[in-house]
Amino acid sequence: MTFEYAPAPESRSIVDIKASYGLFINGEFVDGRGTSFKTISPSTEEVLSEIAEADEADVDLAVKAARRAHARVWGRMPGRERAKYLYRIARIIQERGRELAVLESIDNGKPIKESRDVDVPVAAAHFFYYAGWADKLEYAGYGDRSLGVAAQVIPWNFPLLMLAWKIAPALAAGNTVVLKPAETTPLTALLFAEICQQADLPPGVVNIITGAGATGQALVSHTDVDKVAFTGSTEVGKAIARAVAGTDKKVTLELGGKAANIVFDDAPIDQAVEGIVDGIFFNQGHVCCAGSRLLVQESVADDVLERLKRRMSTLRMGDPLDKNTDIGAINSGEQLKRIRELSEVGDAEGAERWEVACDLPTKGFWFPPTLFTGVTQAHRIAREEVFGPVLSVLTFRTPAEAVEKANNTPYGLSAGVWTDKGSLILKMASQLRAGVVWANTFNKFDPTSPFGGYKESGYGREGGRHGLEGYLRTPHESAR
Amino acid sequence: MPPTPAAATSQGPAWDFSDVTHSDASLRRFLHGLPGVDQVGADARAASLGTRSIKTTAKAYALDLAIRMVDLTTLEGQDTHGKVRALAAKAMRPDPADPTCPATAAVCVYPDMVATAKDVLGDSGVNVAAVATAFPSGRAALDIKLADTRDAVEAGADEIDMVIDRGAFLSGRYLQVFEEIVAVKEACARPDGQSAHLKVIFETGELQTYDNVRRVSWLGMMAGAHFIKTSTGKVQPAATLPVTMVMLQAVRDFREATGQMVGVKPAGGIRTSKDAIKYLVVVNEVAGPDWLDPDWFRFGASTLLNELLMQRTKMTTGRYSGPDYFTLD
Repeated sequence: MTFEYAPAPESRSIVDIKASYGLFINGEFVDGRGTSFKTISPSTEEVLSEIAEADEADVDLAVKAARRAHARVWGRMPGRERAKYLYRIARIIQERGRELAVLESIDNGKPIKESRDVDVPVAAAHFFYYAGWADKLEYAGYGDRSLGVAAQVIPWNFPLLMLAWKIAPALAAGNTVVLKPAETTPLTALLFAEICQQADLPPGVVNIITGAGATGQALVSHTDVDKVAFTGSTEVGKAIARAVAGTDKKVTLELGGKAANIVFDDAPIDQAVEGIVDGIFFNQGHVCCAGSRLLVQESVADDVLERLKRRMSTLRMGDPLDKNTDIGAINSGEQLKRIRELSEVGDAEGAERWEVACDLPTKGFWFPPTLFTGVTQAHRIAREEVFGPVLSVLTFRTPAEAVEKANNTPYGLSAGVWTDKGSLILKMASQLRAGVVWANTFNKFDPTSPFGGYKESGYGREGGRHGLEGYLRTPHESAR
Repeated sequence: MPPTPAAATSQGPAWDFSDVTHSDASLRRFLHGLPGVDQVGADARAASLGTRSIKTTAKAYALDLAIRMVDLTTLEGQDTHGKVRALAAKAMRPDPADPTCPATAAVCVYPDMVATAKDVLGDSGVNVAAVATAFPSGRAALDIKLADTRDAVEAGADEIDMVIDRGAFLSGRYLQVFEEIVAVKEACARPDGQSAHLKVIFETGELQTYDNVRRVSWLGMMAGAHFIKTSTGKVQPAATLPVTMVMLQAVRDFREATGQMVGVKPAGGIRTSKDAIKYLVVVNEVAGPDWLDPDWFRFGASTLLNELLMQRTKMTTGRYSGPDYFTLD
């Protein structure tokens, strides 16, 4: 007999998914004028709910509500009063944590252990953290005057967490927001709208509008928004940058990545293997800062790969609501198609594919944890963002070569360094052109730490004191 | 990593470590050349395995396995023959009300209690383990440690739990530690050509760093330990999940290098079924299912057994019963 873990599903009964959802504008849910769309569970393809689509007129209503709330209430409220609302929201997120986690796993496909242990607690932590800044803005060094209305568009990989990254600093700095969640994952944002009601947040301070690309485009192009914050693909980010060019909108963009995770021969190998797994298989690899390029020193490459494969074979893939699931479902059929396509390009270009042998569920969108060896800088899978559980393995001989290869990408969001030598960590960190460099760890997120990219990974920082800059009028701008 | 043996297979001869184990300097080069252990990362991995949710059939399997892995232990100055006889009886029939309840792996006592325990256990299949070598401090001359060991083996001990000289290890006298283990292993030999199994206790609470745990694990395995064991139970902290995980990585790597399997025994501080199941999850996912067997993994414990029994009864009857329904020894 073997130690087979029996199913341990988290109960769905805690969530109450309505048959349809409207738009959250000026503190209440209203019908959208666009063509409503369905959100499905990517692990079962079950239709979860019918979601309203905001058209240009709806976007205009939402922006007007936000403008009014900024002018009359939120922009004038003392920081210490705004803080009370943020603390209240943070506490409600904690109190309703299980509900949020289950809903996130159902709508997004990510394993419950991640939504429960990462997404929800870190989202609450962001509200707590920025609540603390609300009455201390003058000490942050970016002025203490809010910008006005922030238009925020977020992706489907961390629906609630990206919402928190966007809304918490904006509100702390005295802005009001109109936020559009991704069309495949709107449910936790809509539950967050209920949390705003529960927290008695004044109407119009937070507006949530749903829809796809056209809605987002209408939002960021609206003439009365002062700030555009976007997290998503580099392609859409460039379109947004073009759309706002020539306006005085402030912009922060957090885009794609192709991070190098660099393992030196003196690294703590077992922990490095864990870090490689966390780096690329966390959240099915749907992470902009994923360590999708493993750069391993040649002298330990065979050993690391053998350990990595053994470790990957213990990953448990399946029902996102099962508490023992490590790898959940790919978020959408469209994304699955892209992952398959790029992997096939990897095969065609002569890289060697190795994947975990496991039975994939017949329904839903699934892709097994996969790695490619024999990859060079010239391969497309080493250059393009797959945004899935696919690792490209490259080798290097010297620290200089590692830096050269790591930086040889249009992106520059994150990087990882694994070595027992502290001085090498510092040297690498200063030479790697990446917004975040993790040392002997990977994919760690903390509200006190700024996050953002170089080059095609975008600009501006979210998190930490730096995260306030994008939401405040500097003294210089105020004088204009 | 250790040198990859050219001809190591699971049936093949043990890897020859003689070029490593001939001097302090060569041992130091080898042990300090093992990959380091990042404490933060190791703790995080152990904690993450600790969140596995083991329910229903998996839990029933794990509870019975854990009972079969218990080295039921009494190591106190106040131990008497009566107490040891009671403990031995309990080891054979942990739950007198339920004949389907398995026996424990062994009872673990001081050497002077071995004959008493053996007398009760006979050929029941439950082994007698004896702590030896000036347990728990190990602070005695080598000939006294060897005499202590021989005494226990002569009295009928099936397993010897020795302690290493932590002072020697911490001051870098690796060869001394190595040679002591080799000598104690020789003292485990019985006249019939058989030999008592040797468990080597590191007292990881005194060695403290995970780098030390990994090094001492290799040192013990190269010296011929059948089992490597965390602690005496007399020093805090005793067994912890991350320390046990580092030792399980070591036995896994040792088998990869030599084809030889070595067992692991966490001891002390494991009191609840929930904790025991976390250890079994770590065994399963780090060393692999081959180690999920009393021959290769043990719990050194006393109060844990009743906790396992209570949970087992709960699984079969659906009700919790009170501690009064389980025997105290």
